[in-house]
Amino acid sequence: MLKHKDLLGLYDTSAEEICEILSTAVNMKKLLLQNIKKLPHLQGKTATTLFYENSTRTRVSFELAAKYLGAGTVNISASSSSVQKGETLIDTGKTLDAMKNDIIIIRHPMGGAPRLLAKNVRAHVVNGGDGMYEHPTQALLDFYTMQETFGSFNGLKVAILGDIKHSRVAKSNLFGLTKLGAEVRMYAPQTLIPKGMDAMGAKIAKRREEAIDGADVVMGLRIQLERQQGGQFPSLSEYSEFFGVNRELMRYASPRAIVMHPGPVNRGVELTSSLIDADNSKIEEQVLNGIAVRMAVLFLLTQREGQV
Amino acid sequence: MIIKNGNVVLRDGVKKQDIRIEGNVIAEIADHIEGEGIDAAGLTVFPGLIDMHVHFREPGYEYKEDIESGSRAAVKGGFTQVCCMPNTSPVCDNAAVAYFIRHRGEDVGLVKVHPIGAITKGENGEQLADIGGMKKQGVVALSDDGKSVANSKVMRFAMEYASNFGLTCLCHCEDKELVDGGVVNEGYSSTLTGLKGIPRAAEDIMIARDICLAQSLDLPVHICHVSTYSGVQLIRAAKQNGVKVTAETCPHYYAVTDSIIESFDSNTKVNPPIREEIDRLAIVEGLKDGTLDCIVTDHAPHHVNDKNVEYNMAAFGISGIETSFSFAITYLYRTGALTLCEIADKMSGAPARILGLEGGEIAVGKAADLTIANLEESYVVDSEKFVSKGKNTPFNGYELYGVVKYTVVDGKIKYREA
Repeated sequence: MLKHKDLLGLYDTSAEEICEILSTAVNMKKLLLQNIKKLPHLQGKTATTLFYENSTRTRVSFELAAKYLGAGTVNISASSSSVQKGETLIDTGKTLDAMKNDIIIIRHPMGGAPRLLAKNVRAHVVNGGDGMYEHPTQALLDFYTMQETFGSFNGLKVAILGDIKHSRVAKSNLFGLTKLGAEVRMYAPQTLIPKGMDAMGAKIAKRREEAIDGADVVMGLRIQLERQQGGQFPSLSEYSEFFGVNRELMRYASPRAIVMHPGPVNRGVELTSSLIDADNSKIEEQVLNGIAVRMAVLFLLTQREGQV
Repeated sequence: MIIKNGNVVLRDGVKKQDIRIEGNVIAEIADHIEGEGIDAAGLTVFPGLIDMHVHFREPGYEYKEDIESGSRAAVKGGFTQVCCMPNTSPVCDNAAVAYFIRHRGEDVGLVKVHPIGAITKGENGEQLADIGGMKKQGVVALSDDGKSVANSKVMRFAMEYASNFGLTCLCHCEDKELVDGGVVNEGYSSTLTGLKGIPRAAEDIMIARDICLAQSLDLPVHICHVSTYSGVQLIRAAKQNGVKVTAETCPHYYAVTDSIIESFDSNTKVNPPIREEIDRLAIVEGLKDGTLDCIVTDHAPHHVNDKNVEYNMAAFGISGIETSFSFAITYLYRTGALTLCEIADKMSGAPARILGLEGGEIAVGKAADLTIANLEESYVVDSEKFVSKGKNTPFNGYELYGVVKYTVVDGKIKYREA
């Protein structure tokens, strides 16, 4: 049983709840692998994706997850200008409530926006990524992928390299993985490491080799071009040379190590193409797991009803 | 009128005294004075509190606050004089707006309302405002509060020109490039919440610049709402070097830390941001050793619509004028950090000296501005009970000590607890 009406982040999700989502996702994935895509779990329910930020991959993943479970889906893309000028987020949420919508999946450029929405609507709110705060379903699908490969999180060494500062994925991973007993290392240019990550349980490595040393999981994070334009590193080629991961560096990792990336990947920047396409790369598998995990989340949240 | 049997906070100590008021001045202070008046037995009598940094929003933003609602909130909070920052609409950058604010204050007739003039026209940081004309209409200081005068040359000329009129610049210190859209203190809590952080350096760099200008020009400067430990260090060093710098801080900087933003409550959003324990401790220390001369509220009332939105989009500011006195009693007096005399100086004496205002002290011949309070009584903050239009406080539910019973302005009771 999930404790909350909404899934806003892993900071306030317990290890037990995470494990329940992951085990439910195992069944969802079995069904997916059998190509069963017409399930009854959310029949008669409606899910709306409310995206204030561009995204194809996450939105489609949520939409398919809802559809495969039998829900009706509606997609709303709000341009960032409407955030500034138009209807307030609370009013938009109340309007969807009035239309008897059951689930809102929101992506928003501002941290805390899903929380504000959740507090003001009856519908279940699922955070599809908010500013630099959290992206819980991405982290959950990462955990699913790790669990599928290694069976357990205890003592698992996870190295995260890339734009840590602006990454909600890094934070949701950190919050969840530390609860599950894994060890999280991080490495990035100092301009892309925010204060306090160590106090939250991450080991901030001094060198790439130190981060990757003995790692079971090597996860790259997308470098946005705007970070370079914002002066946080000089060029993508310099980034890739000094901060990216290549085959040479992977020799420091555990022999069983897997390579992950939340996508979309800048080939040759965070990870070299040879790593992305290697056998131990789980990047495509992550995408499939994402649907299974999101199905599990949508199902478990709506399960709460009637069991007050 | 006689204020009888109160514990009177004098410059050099607290003594049980009676105070006789004649007209608008204190006429006599003695062990026992016969006559009618207020029985202040068990109560403490402070010199009328002065808040030299408030936003009463009128003209232009009366939906957030106006001079009447602000005045009522002020006297309820124990204040007898307030200085209104000029970021109204239109900006108080000319004689007419200054005249309007001063006269609106007089018409309301509760607290003494002093306008502060803008340093530059429209607070745009480029051209000097009509400083002489505003002085004629009673502005008591100059400030582009809400932002810094980014151009150091403009700031230099402003300080020089203001000196002809005996006015001091009150500097809001913020390097906008470093702030870069930040909304909270940069640190553990900003990383945790993903809310964009503002580094201390954004404030410190401007504090240092304004100290440098004051030193090289040998002119006074006043630093607004200091929030960083490093800012306290800069000011302390400057004072030791003989620079004519004074500084203020606010209750939210000496009482709490930025972990309160983790609730995403947009009422915690304030500029400069609430910082960390190291800063809070340094600010208390700065108040104790005199580095920080005074306590102001930066009373920044907002309408609920300006706050009940995404944290990033919410307005900066805390409605604080009704809780400031109790914060001082609870977090500075009861903790042993400051004596009552020191609190009276931070909240009355020092602002009067810095701006050349009347009052500021309980002494014969001084203005009969008094704040009479019960320091043993506590209450729980409930913004719904605020008389300010701004209900935006992150401190709902806090238990505070120190309840204002009477506020006396110019010898007249302007507030009496119901």
